[in-house]
Amino acid sequence: MLNKIYNWIDERLDITPLWRDIADHEVPEHVNPAHHFSAFVYCFGGLTFFVTVIQILSGMFLTMYYVPDIKNAWESVYYLQNEVAFGQIVRGMHHWGASLVIVMMFLHTLRVFFQGAYKKPRELNWIVGVLIFMVMMGLGFTGYLLPWDMKALFATKVGLQIAEATPIIGPAIKTLLAGHPEIVGAQTLTRFFAIHVFFLPAALLGLMAAHFLMIRKQGISGPL
Amino acid sequence: MHRGKGMKFVGDSRVPAVRKPNIPKDYSEYPGKTEAFWPNFLLKEWMVGAVFLIGFLSLTVAHPSPLERVADPTDTSYIPLPDWYFLFLYQLLKYSFASGPYTVIGAIVIPGLAFGALLLAPFLDRGPERRPSKRPVAVGMMLLTLAAIVFLTWESVVTHDWEAAAEQGKIRAEVEIDTNAEGYKILEANTCLTCHGENLQGGPAAPSLVGTGLSPEEVANIAKNGVGSMPGGLFQGTDEELQKLAEFVAGLDAE
Repeated sequence: MLNKIYNWIDERLDITPLWRDIADHEVPEHVNPAHHFSAFVYCFGGLTFFVTVIQILSGMFLTMYYVPDIKNAWESVYYLQNEVAFGQIVRGMHHWGASLVIVMMFLHTLRVFFQGAYKKPRELNWIVGVLIFMVMMGLGFTGYLLPWDMKALFATKVGLQIAEATPIIGPAIKTLLAGHPEIVGAQTLTRFFAIHVFFLPAALLGLMAAHFLMIRKQGISGPL
Repeated sequence: MHRGKGMKFVGDSRVPAVRKPNIPKDYSEYPGKTEAFWPNFLLKEWMVGAVFLIGFLSLTVAHPSPLERVADPTDTSYIPLPDWYFLFLYQLLKYSFASGPYTVIGAIVIPGLAFGALLLAPFLDRGPERRPSKRPVAVGMMLLTLAAIVFLTWESVVTHDWEAAAEQGKIRAEVEIDTNAEGYKILEANTCLTCHGENLQGGPAAPSLVGTGLSPEEVANIAKNGVGSMPGGLFQGTDEELQKLAEFVAGLDAE
């Protein structure tokens, strides 16, 4: 039955080549930990992606309860943490996942750097990767404010002061992020929420698509 | 792939009518034993992912994510701390060459140079060699940066007062303090409120006095002899006053 449905769709849309391209590639020996245990360093990129998927899924569930305004934000997180079934687990996954994604991405970056895998012809993929790194840092920074507790507010104030230190455009960047030249308040929270949930994930998905397309196109770098 | 005139399509679409068998590409150029991604290698990746997930979920269950009290912008005594992966930058901004009039150096110039160099690494390190030993400049710079990040994070962690940080962020029970009570007046007279706060909510230097779970005798002992960073001899009143103070503090229950 499933086969028939698949064939019916395939006859009209020719979808087989799309997934066969991913399925049919061979994995060379030097990246396979089953042959060389030291090849586990090649797992870091995949694990970064894995944690990113966890972040997206847990984040989607968190927004079912989270309210991005200064009166209710903390209350909603407190409620989620203490009252909602498995709320503590889902928030915990998002909280610890944020740290893990940074760790894994950092290790992946070091692997690529020390192996010189960014050299010709993979320069563009490296640049996209560094941009992903920056987007992830931005996600960490904006997500830190959302629970609206003491450390969130004051860490954000410090972060905005750092942004303000940029010559010439500093104050403009701060106003753009915070919604006001001085006050870190209601506007800041909604802006950080929008950046954290819409702007940066959109950028992240686009960059990741480019990252994966390039690795499929060029293949993994050869052995040292 | 066959293109151009003479192709047969399904209806008026661009999907070819004649199916071609899917022949995998030739991977014989790869050295050693290659392995098909689907399904062999994917299964192994799946297992690595499963082990990783178990560790991750154990961490999540063992350590519930922290939540401090609701943001209070008027509390100017709060010492802020960013998430751990920004600590090195936070520490850098404490040094005199990177703060005050030189903030721009610590906040923009140094991180900008580091990230700029990282972004443009393929164009700075242009040689054909890939082995770390064959490109000492690039590898040396990266090792230096890593050492700097580890050092700055370490410095930030050891100079931060983690106990005070945990105390200043605690979620505190809202209690109506009877400021006309005799016990409160005695606290006021003995400068207890300077550190423990006017609502006995605590502060950066001292914990809250609400819901301590201590008996009156223990409170009296602490008031006289001190505990932790609190010195002894702060209480200057009579024994009768001490008794009243101790009973008052021990009776403050979180609701």
